[in-house]
Amino acid sequence: METVTITMKNQPKLYLEADNISPDKFAGKKASEIAALHAYEGREQTTLGKYFEIAGEGGATAADTRIVVKGDVSRVKYIGMKMSAGEVLVEQSPDMYTGAWMQGGKLIVKGSVDSFAGIGMKGGEFLVEGNAGDYLGAAYRGDWRGMQGGLIRVKGNAGSDIGYFMNGGTIIVHGNSDVHVGTHMEGGRIIVKGNAPSKVGGQMVGGEIFVYGTIDVMMPGFKYVQDEEVEVDGEKALFALYHGDTGERHPKRKGQIVYGKLYLKI
Amino acid sequence: MAEYIIKNGFVFDPTQGIKGDKADIAVKDGKIVKSTEVSSKAKTIDASGKTVMAGAVEIHAHIAGPKVNEGRNYRPEDKLFTYRPKSASSRMAGGFSIPTTFKTGYEYARMGYTTAMEAAMPPLYARHVHEEIKDTPIIDEGAYPVFGNNWFVLEYLKNKEIENTCAYISWLLEASKGYAVKVVNPGGTEAWGWGLNCLTIDDPVPYFDITPREIVTGLIEANEALGLPHSVHIHQNSLGNPGNYTVTLDTLKLAEGFKAKNKFGREQVLHSTHLQFHSYGGDSWANFESKSKEVMDYVNKQKNITVDTGCVTLDETTTMTADGPFEHHLTELNHLKWANVDVELETAAGIVPYIYSPDIKVCEIQWAIGLELALMAKDPMRCFITTDHPNAGPFTRYPRIIKWLMSAEARKKQIESFKHSAKMVEATHIAGIDRELSLYEIAQMTRAGPAKSLGLSHQYGGLAPGMDADIVVYDFNPEKPHKPEDIEKAFSAAAYVMKTGVPVVINGEIVSNGNKRTLWVKAKVNENPQVMRDIRDKFLRYYSVTQANYDVSSHFVPNPHVIEVDATH
Repeated sequence: METVTITMKNQPKLYLEADNISPDKFAGKKASEIAALHAYEGREQTTLGKYFEIAGEGGATAADTRIVVKGDVSRVKYIGMKMSAGEVLVEQSPDMYTGAWMQGGKLIVKGSVDSFAGIGMKGGEFLVEGNAGDYLGAAYRGDWRGMQGGLIRVKGNAGSDIGYFMNGGTIIVHGNSDVHVGTHMEGGRIIVKGNAPSKVGGQMVGGEIFVYGTIDVMMPGFKYVQDEEVEVDGEKALFALYHGDTGERHPKRKGQIVYGKLYLKI
Repeated sequence: MAEYIIKNGFVFDPTQGIKGDKADIAVKDGKIVKSTEVSSKAKTIDASGKTVMAGAVEIHAHIAGPKVNEGRNYRPEDKLFTYRPKSASSRMAGGFSIPTTFKTGYEYARMGYTTAMEAAMPPLYARHVHEEIKDTPIIDEGAYPVFGNNWFVLEYLKNKEIENTCAYISWLLEASKGYAVKVVNPGGTEAWGWGLNCLTIDDPVPYFDITPREIVTGLIEANEALGLPHSVHIHQNSLGNPGNYTVTLDTLKLAEGFKAKNKFGREQVLHSTHLQFHSYGGDSWANFESKSKEVMDYVNKQKNITVDTGCVTLDETTTMTADGPFEHHLTELNHLKWANVDVELETAAGIVPYIYSPDIKVCEIQWAIGLELALMAKDPMRCFITTDHPNAGPFTRYPRIIKWLMSAEARKKQIESFKHSAKMVEATHIAGIDRELSLYEIAQMTRAGPAKSLGLSHQYGGLAPGMDADIVVYDFNPEKPHKPEDIEKAFSAAAYVMKTGVPVVINGEIVSNGNKRTLWVKAKVNENPQVMRDIRDKFLRYYSVTQANYDVSSHFVPNPHVIEVDATH
């Protein structure tokens, strides 16, 4: 695997839209070619080379390409967008849309990510060692096709509206989340190991939400079913299972109505 | 003004019966003239080895107004990854099934379309429609106000008051700067206000106690009494329901006995739009099948009808129609987001995203039906290509539809790629049709035919001297062997497009925003104090706006092209 190291040298004045920072785009390119890849600063089209020092070259394919992003990238959006393979390591904290529409490979952020990280994600592994902003693993504005596959793991806390319109895959938040968890969710699994204050599973049709800590205010559309032992993130535990959102339509499978499942740790 | 001569192209012009002969087309002062009438300074455009046609005419698309804009508002995902930054001669443009106004103008022009009709204008929001038309570059546009669920029309026609209906149509065309009499789900959209619908032409409309049959025949009678350039333009009852073809035939039969009366050379008294959605057999989605043959057999022999296809393009799109109850039915089927608006005394509208998937049997059958209608048409001057944009697919797919219609091989390839191709073939006729439309027939279905149906054959749809210089050159040599894909490619980005004498597209790129016009019809009738009093009365009693805030004043229509009709007697 070849490694390309890009280091922030000139901070953009405005936010930089850098969706070309992806193993798919770096593969098969030399440092000079990577420097020539375009980005947008405001409405001006510019190149990555204007902001980053680039060392190393891409592997033959995306899978053979590893990118290390160094320096202050707090004004850089769309790192790892649509990446299908390979690896990206961001040492500090990037701005919004990190790992958006990611399809495969591995994306690691040592710092925190801003909002819309991993939206519309289809596959791969996305690890955030700090905190995540709002709309983590959500659907793009207006879309009903949210996260469909892959794994997002946040070691810190997450903002509001995580897993909005989620259809598949897994989101694990080791800390707390803010309000609106799994709104309109139809599939997949959200695990909040800390607390989730309120609006958990609103208009949820299917899928599973686990909350290890407390929910201050439960949505009125959830009803208690039974206690269940479930294996979550590699460990078994006992949960109280609620079905919901009963105010929403629910499909039938093999004659049984399918509900969204909300598990509260006992 | 500049002079041009487009030399040595293979010309296809149904208005003069030219079927691919090499000819020169001369242009002076925005009009086509005889080659002898231009000076030696005329700029030469070399079209050798290329196809030359008149600018195409769109007869039915939803491209401007509150319904389209609500689609844009509530579907940001439709714009994702579609934006093109501005260039020297074009503005930033984006969107797929509901493109921005700018993209609408640019994309029509790039395909060689120079005129387009907005198919459903809610009169109360006519100002919005005209604001968007004004912001749509290059193409000439008109808009059809909707009449089929309008309280004035329902009341007048219930009492068989044709003359009052005429006076009201005349007033509303002028107030809304409208082009034609559009009818959407006659009576059904009004019934939707009560949570009901009219699914046959004899279902009574609640409160008004009138039937779709009476609404349609009354409007045809009024339209012909006025002698408007276009006929009544109908979106029939029971759209999109299995087994609806009988309702379709019932409605088409309403035209029997009527004769077109107008000075524009229009021969039909009824235009039935997006026929694909109305040619369904079976009684459920399980035994859903094509009834295109039954419908086209009737259309072929009934000369006073024109139709357009409403071809399904197999895309993710946004359905939008003044057929409010249908959109509710659709959201119940696909569970995707639904917008619904009631427009006071006039109409309603609904919007739902829809995915025509090549993996779903019903969508595959719908795809076949749309193409079958065009392939079964005996008179290409009476059957036009549309997608009912964006309902069956975006208008930007016309080149693909032309490819399917011109190539049996392309259709075969598409059928083979379907998930349920065997079941689809069983439920349709498409696999047994080997007809391949010629470029001449395509020119009839996209140019001369719709222009004639709209009563605009004196200026659009042909290349005869005296007509508007709307000319397209496609990089397609009909004398050389070609692959189906070459057809789609050539029609997607014209080599050269001229709009009223101004070059607007060169090599598929926009070079000018042209000088677009808005077409509307001013129909003069005898003074009618009763209708004027009824209008004042309805505004005072029912409308949420005053009459003074209703009219589309002239500054909304900065470059009008008014077609005048005198129906006084």
